[in-house]
Amino acid sequence: MPAEGGILLRRVFPVPPDAIDQAGQVSTEVRRLLRGLGAEPEVVRRAGIVCFEGEMNIALYTKGGRIVLVVRPEVVELLFSDRGPGIADIELVKQPGYSTAPDWARELGFGAGMGIPNMEKNSDEFHIFSRVGQGTVIRATIYRRRHDPG
Amino acid sequence: MTLAEVAAALGLVPLMEFDPDRRVRWGFCSDLLSDVLAHAQEGDLWITHQRHLNVVAVAKLKGVAVVCVRGLRPSPEVLDKAREEGVVILTAAEDAFELAGRLYHLLVGKP
Repeated sequence: MPAEGGILLRRVFPVPPDAIDQAGQVSTEVRRLLRGLGAEPEVVRRAGIVCFEGEMNIALYTKGGRIVLVVRPEVVELLFSDRGPGIADIELVKQPGYSTAPDWARELGFGAGMGIPNMEKNSDEFHIFSRVGQGTVIRATIYRRRHDPG
Repeated sequence: MTLAEVAAALGLVPLMEFDPDRRVRWGFCSDLLSDVLAHAQEGDLWITHQRHLNVVAVAKLKGVAVVCVRGLRPSPEVLDKAREEGVVILTAAEDAFELAGRLYHLLVGKP
């Protein structure tokens, strides 16, 4: 067994831009890997949703990027990074209903303005770092055990 | 009720084989993928107009079966992916309003 906090698994998944037909594949693979490690079903479910929404965001709105899955004994971390365009107002994108999706994406059922809120809701820790013109990094952490708020 | 009973009662056409004992918990009507991800529950019948590849991913994530309304059918490519992922897709002749109404009455036991 690795030491407390050691990394059990680390995987990097590239996400190309505009490839929405492929989107969902990373989420499927992440859930498969987590199940293989014996992660709790609720953790697998939440990670699957966070990953799918993040993957769709990279595919729909950015010039491409990648997803990094890190599994530790205590937590599952998902890191999403892209090459832009960046988010000007992070508080705004966290508001349910806000979306910049183009019409073609809305017709496919994207752009409900719930992607980032869904990611945040299914994470225990959630941080967005963004610089307009450069890119966005999102770190979502899911606890594998319920932490007693004490 | 089981999915087989619901499909028979509502005249839904399954587009692949499925476990006839699979339970239907409730219905969920939406064309917004994130709405389904946020609010649908495992065992729901997801009534939608969407029929592209991402529908399979969302249905798999949430453990719901999909009903495409107004006779809409996904492409063979989407159906192949659904079979591969164990996602069940059916099609209904009715529009979403009528199908949702009939499913509601069926599940709550009213005429």
